Amino acid sequence: MEQMALFDATPRWTVTTLTRHLRQLLESDASLQAVWVQGEISNLARPASGHIYFTLKDSNSSLKCVMWRSDAARLRLALQDGLAVDVHGSISLYEAGGQYQLYADTLRPLGEGALYQEFLRLKATLEAEGLFDAVRKRPIPEFPRRIGIVTSPTGAALRDMLNTLRRRLPLAEVVLAATPVQGDEAPAGIVSALQNLNRVAAPDVILLARGGGSIEDLWAFNDEKVVRAVIDSAAPVITGVGHETDFTLADFAADLRAPTPTAAAELATPLTVLDMKASLAGFTSVLVGGVTAQLQQSRESAAWLDNRLRLVSPARRLQTERQRLDEMSRRWNAAQVHSLQFARQRFSGLENRLLALSPLAVLRRGYAVITKNEIVVTSTSQVQIDDALHVRIQDGEFNARVTGKG
Amino acid sequence: MPKTETKPIDKLTYEQAYAELEAVVNALETGEQSLDESLALFERGQGLTRRCAELLEKAELKIQKLSGESLEPFEEKE
Repeated sequence: MEQMALFDATPRWTVTTLTRHLRQLLESDASLQAVWVQGEISNLARPASGHIYFTLKDSNSSLKCVMWRSDAARLRLALQDGLAVDVHGSISLYEAGGQYQLYADTLRPLGEGALYQEFLRLKATLEAEGLFDAVRKRPIPEFPRRIGIVTSPTGAALRDMLNTLRRRLPLAEVVLAATPVQGDEAPAGIVSALQNLNRVAAPDVILLARGGGSIEDLWAFNDEKVVRAVIDSAAPVITGVGHETDFTLADFAADLRAPTPTAAAELATPLTVLDMKASLAGFTSVLVGGVTAQLQQSRESAAWLDNRLRLVSPARRLQTERQRLDEMSRRWNAAQVHSLQFARQRFSGLENRLLALSPLAVLRRGYAVITKNEIVVTSTSQVQIDDALHVRIQDGEFNARVTGKG
Repeated sequence: MPKTETKPIDKLTYEQAYAELEAVVNALETGEQSLDESLALFERGQGLTRRCAELLEKAELKIQKLSGESLEPFEEKE
């Protein structure tokens, strides 16, 4: 650090450059660009310009505040001196006045989270009525012909949704029911937009959307009448309100909640033109494949018929018969040979069996066959003393006479 | 398969063309037609496919605005 000299030559600030420098310092501090400040309103002034000027005070300090007309128009709070409030805005420096101040954009009764309390109370009431039940949710059509949109005609939300729909499903038709989506007129506007849209245009699905903003900006979507209009809508409703983190009561009532307007448009078009082109291509290949297959089949069956035809032709029959004849005679000969052999085998078997049964074989073992008058004697009662008998043994025969009976 | 072939293909909406195309493909897949019938179905199917593709290609998002009890064209502001 250099010693500060009384007449040193470093450049001097002008009031303007210094003031601008200070303003830039303030504005470059991100933590000062979105602040909530708590205090009491004093010196409230509302000139014809529509801007609001006031001083925010606490016991020790004061802070100049200004709220531009555009933000002031959205206030749902009657301001007066002495009112304790939370003010949201950014800190900057008013160069002409040499005064830093709070550029307020939102203002709410102090300490209340009044809106939040109201939100919770209403949510509990509607929930108890079953209005948010999952069973109430209706399916979103896969291919909506007519898509209703309830939003502001000038917002970025509408542009985002139209671009998304144009890209994904240009076959569809969009019907916009324009309404303010913030401020005092928003709830009634949204309700009649939903009702009129259903009655006049009968869309297949409705997108209820607005872009991001403060919780106050989105407040119309927490209005009880809006919630009931969503429930009563003939067409299923997809909400896309604010950002990912914003949940409104309309979101709870909707058949489907999307985090943003763009996402709502995407959810309303589950089937895109690309999907349709793909399925067309699929059909084409099935068509071509099917007919090619049938042609092929026809060709094959023609070939097959030709084969069958040849099988039944007289020429073929003749051939067959000739072949059969050959076959028969071959088999006949074979059978002849075979049966001769078989007969021989059988015969020699019989011969052996015959030989075994022959009485001569028994006689060989010393037995004799005795007959009287050509009748075989098998019992003593057949013979008397002096009867003449005929005896046959293994090597011949002789005559004998009965000499006694035992 | 119902005979819907009286309606000229270029008068069909996308849904109509697509629904008939589906029916044609289903019919062809069962393969219960004569070859002549199949070829006729095939030609019809090709026409329907072309119609669908054409409608997809030239489709332009139609935007209307609710105005009282009627709809009127909506001009987008850039």
